[in-house]
Amino acid sequence: MDMMIVVDHAKCTGCRLCEMACSVKHTGVNNPSRSRIHVIKWPMEGFELPMLCQQCEQAPCIAVCPKDALYRDPVVSRVTLDYDLCIGCRMCVTACPFGGMGVDTTDRRVIKCDQCDGDPLCVRFCGPGALQYLPVHAVNLMKKRSAGLQLSEVMRKAYATRL
Amino acid sequence: MPLDRKIAYIDLTTGEINSAPIPPEMRRRYLGGRGLDMYLLYNHLAPGVDPLGPDNVLTVSAGLLVGTLASASARTHIGAKSPLTGFVGSSNMGGFFAPELRWAGYDHLVIKGRAERPTYLWIHDGQIEMRDAGEVWGASIPETQERIKEQLRDPEVKVLCIGIAGENLVRYANVMTGMKNAAGRTGMGAVMGSKNLKAIAVRGTQDLEIRFPKDALAYNRSLVEHIGSTKFAQIMQKWGTMFIYGVTNTTGLVRNRNFQLNQQVGGNIECEHIERYSLGTQGCYGCVIHCRHKYMIKEGPYAGTYSEGPEYTSQGAFGMEVGCNNFETVLVGNQLVNTYGVDTLEIGSMIAWAMELYEKGILTDADTDGLKLEWGNDEAVLEMIRRIAERRGLGDILAEGPLRAAERIGRDSLRYLIHVKGMSNLHSDERPTPSLALGIATSSRGSDHLRSRPAIDLYHLPEELLRKIYGGPQPYDGPLSSDYTSYEGKPRMVHWQEMMYEAIDCAGICKYHTIFLSPNLIGFAELSKLIYYNTGLELAAEDIWQIADRAYTIERLFNLREGLTRDDDWLVDRYFDEKTPIGLPIVRGKSIDREKFRAMLDEYYELHGWDEHGRPRAETLAKLGLEAEPSHLL
Repeated sequence: MDMMIVVDHAKCTGCRLCEMACSVKHTGVNNPSRSRIHVIKWPMEGFELPMLCQQCEQAPCIAVCPKDALYRDPVVSRVTLDYDLCIGCRMCVTACPFGGMGVDTTDRRVIKCDQCDGDPLCVRFCGPGALQYLPVHAVNLMKKRSAGLQLSEVMRKAYATRL
Repeated sequence: MPLDRKIAYIDLTTGEINSAPIPPEMRRRYLGGRGLDMYLLYNHLAPGVDPLGPDNVLTVSAGLLVGTLASASARTHIGAKSPLTGFVGSSNMGGFFAPELRWAGYDHLVIKGRAERPTYLWIHDGQIEMRDAGEVWGASIPETQERIKEQLRDPEVKVLCIGIAGENLVRYANVMTGMKNAAGRTGMGAVMGSKNLKAIAVRGTQDLEIRFPKDALAYNRSLVEHIGSTKFAQIMQKWGTMFIYGVTNTTGLVRNRNFQLNQQVGGNIECEHIERYSLGTQGCYGCVIHCRHKYMIKEGPYAGTYSEGPEYTSQGAFGMEVGCNNFETVLVGNQLVNTYGVDTLEIGSMIAWAMELYEKGILTDADTDGLKLEWGNDEAVLEMIRRIAERRGLGDILAEGPLRAAERIGRDSLRYLIHVKGMSNLHSDERPTPSLALGIATSSRGSDHLRSRPAIDLYHLPEELLRKIYGGPQPYDGPLSSDYTSYEGKPRMVHWQEMMYEAIDCAGICKYHTIFLSPNLIGFAELSKLIYYNTGLELAAEDIWQIADRAYTIERLFNLREGLTRDDDWLVDRYFDEKTPIGLPIVRGKSIDREKFRAMLDEYYELHGWDEHGRPRAETLAKLGLEAEPSHLL
C-alpha cells in the first residue's frame, strides 16, 4: 500500500525522541547529527516542526543523481538510495529543498529517511502522535475531517437556522 | 561509550582550561550528575570560603543517562557552595542543554576563579573557549540565549545563562536554559554572577554510544508505554504540576497568607484556567510527559506576555502565599521570574513574608516606598518581583534571602520567617504531614520538596503497597503507615525517597518519571536496567542504593564541614506552636509534636548510620568507602 509519514506540528512537543530513536536504530549511537529526522524549533515563539524526507514523486534528488543511485521504489513507496551505486557526490544534498538528504560525517556517506522499511521507529516513539504513518489516500480525508470539525461549528449553526 | 565523556577544569581567573577522563571507578562510586558533582565539590572547595567570592567552585554536569534511551534523560545539574544557606548548593533543570554538553564531549565542568570582565564559555566538540559577554550583560534570560546563538551563527546552539537577578547577585538567582528550565534552588545564578560568567553555550556532534541499542530501544518503548498508561502521566500531560493545587488546596495543605492559613478559601487559580492561554504543551529532551504549557496572554493590561509553565510552585508564589486569587497574576509573575532568572519559590515566600511583616506593622510605607504590601494586592506582588531582581529599595534587602533580610529588618521579623537552613519552604503546609515535615527539615540543601519528599504518602496507599516500595532494596522491616498524619515509619519513607532522588539526579532523569508523585514509575530495579542497557554498567538495585547513600553522605559531610549541627535539621517554631486553623477534618487543628518530631529525627539519623548529632559514624564512612574523603583537597 502507498504509505507516508504525516507530520502534525500542532501535536509536536519538541522532545526529539524521534531523533534519538532514528539515530540509535540506524547507527547504534545517539547522535542527532546522524539522525534522518530533525525537530526544527523557534523557541521564542514556542513553535516546533519535525522535518524529514518527503519521499517526493518528482524528486530533485533523483533528478540530479549522476549514477542513478536514487530511485522511486514502487513496492515500499519511497525514494530509495542504493549505496552500491552511490559515489557520495552529495548533489542530492544540494538539490533537496527540504534538507531531507544529509551527510553522515562518521560513515562519510549520504543518508536519508528509509521509513525503516515500512515500520518507522520515529512514529512508534512519538507519544503525542505528531508523526503518523498512514495510507496516502487516508491522509487528505483525515485532514478534511479535522479541518471540517472546526468548520462544522459554524456550519451546524447555519444548518440549525434553516430548520 | 556514554562513559567516555570528560571533566573540564576551567579557571576563569587565569584562563587555564584542562580536561581529564572520568575514571571508571568514579562512575561505579558516584555514577555522574549530582553525585559526582558533590564528590568534586567536596574535594575542590576549601572549607569556609565566601560563596560569592572567587574561591567558590561551580560545577555544571550531565547525568550518567543523559541523552540515552532512558526516559526524560535531560537534566543538567549545577552545584557550588550556596550563597543562600552557606551549605551545599545543588539544583537541576530540564531542557536540552545537558544532552548537547555530552555530544560536545563533556559530562562535568568544574569552574573556578572569577573572570575579569563579563564572559561566556563556548564549548563545541571538545573545544572550550572563553568569550566576551559584554554585549549580553544586562540581557534577560530569553534575550541572552537568542543573542548568543546569533553571535555564534548557529540556531542549534544550546545556552545556559543567568539573567539580571544573577548579575545583581540576588542570593536565590537561577541558572536557566530555554524559556523556563531553571536550576532555581540555592542561588546558583548568583554564584555564576559573582564569577562574571553570564552564560555557557554548547554545540556537539559526537556520538554517544548506547551499549545495547536494540535492548535499549525495546526497553525504552515498553517503559514509555507504561509511563503513558499511568493516570499521573495523563494528568501531567494535560495540566502539568498545576493539577496538584486542586487536591492540596481543597484538603488544606497549602500556605496561604505566608503561614496564617492552610487553605485559600474560595481560591480560583485552578489548572483549567490555562486553557484560555495555552498554545500547546512542550517536553524536555526525550520526555513523553511534556508537562509545561506554552502560554500567551492575548488581551488586557498584560497582553503579549509569553512564557512557559506555570508550575504549581508559581501558583503558590503568586497565588496562595501572597493571598492573590487571580490566574493572570500567576502567569505574569511566572513570566517575570523566568525573564529575570530568579527562583519562583524563594521570591514568592520572601514577598509573602514581607506582606505579613507589613500587616503586623513591622514594615511600613516608609520601608516599602509607599507600596501597599497588602494580601491580594496583585500589582504590589509583581512590583516586588521587579524590585528584588533589580535590587531597588526593600527589594535590595529581600534579595539577600530569608536570614540576612531578617537580620537587616530586625524588629521580631525572624518570628514570621518560614525556612529551614536559611532557605524558604515550599508553599505547602506540612503541619498535618509529619513525613513531609521531616523531609524539609533534613534536606541537605535546605528546606526543599525535591530532596526527599514522600509525596505518595498523601495517597493513603495500602500498607502492602508501601511495603513493596519502601521494603527494599536495602532491607527494612520496621513500621510503615498509610496514615499521612502519623509519625510511624515516616523516617524510612524520607530516607528511601532521599536515596531514590539522589540516584535519579545522578542519572540525570526527571523526578516526574520516578516514584515521586506516582507509586507506579521508575524505582531502583528499573533504573538498574536502564543503566545496564544504555551504558553496560552492571549495577544491582542494592548497588544503586549504596551509590546514592555515598553521594548523600558526601553532601552531609560537606554541610558538617561548613558548620551544620542537629539544630539545623529543625523546623521554625510556628510548625510546633500554631495549629492549622482550617481545611478538611483530617488536617485541621494540627501542629507538629516536638517530642515525636525529635524521635523521628533520631530514627532518621539511625537509618543513615549517623550519631545523635547527625554525624556519620566511623563504620558508616568505612562501609561507604568515605574514610579518606576529602582525598585530594585542591
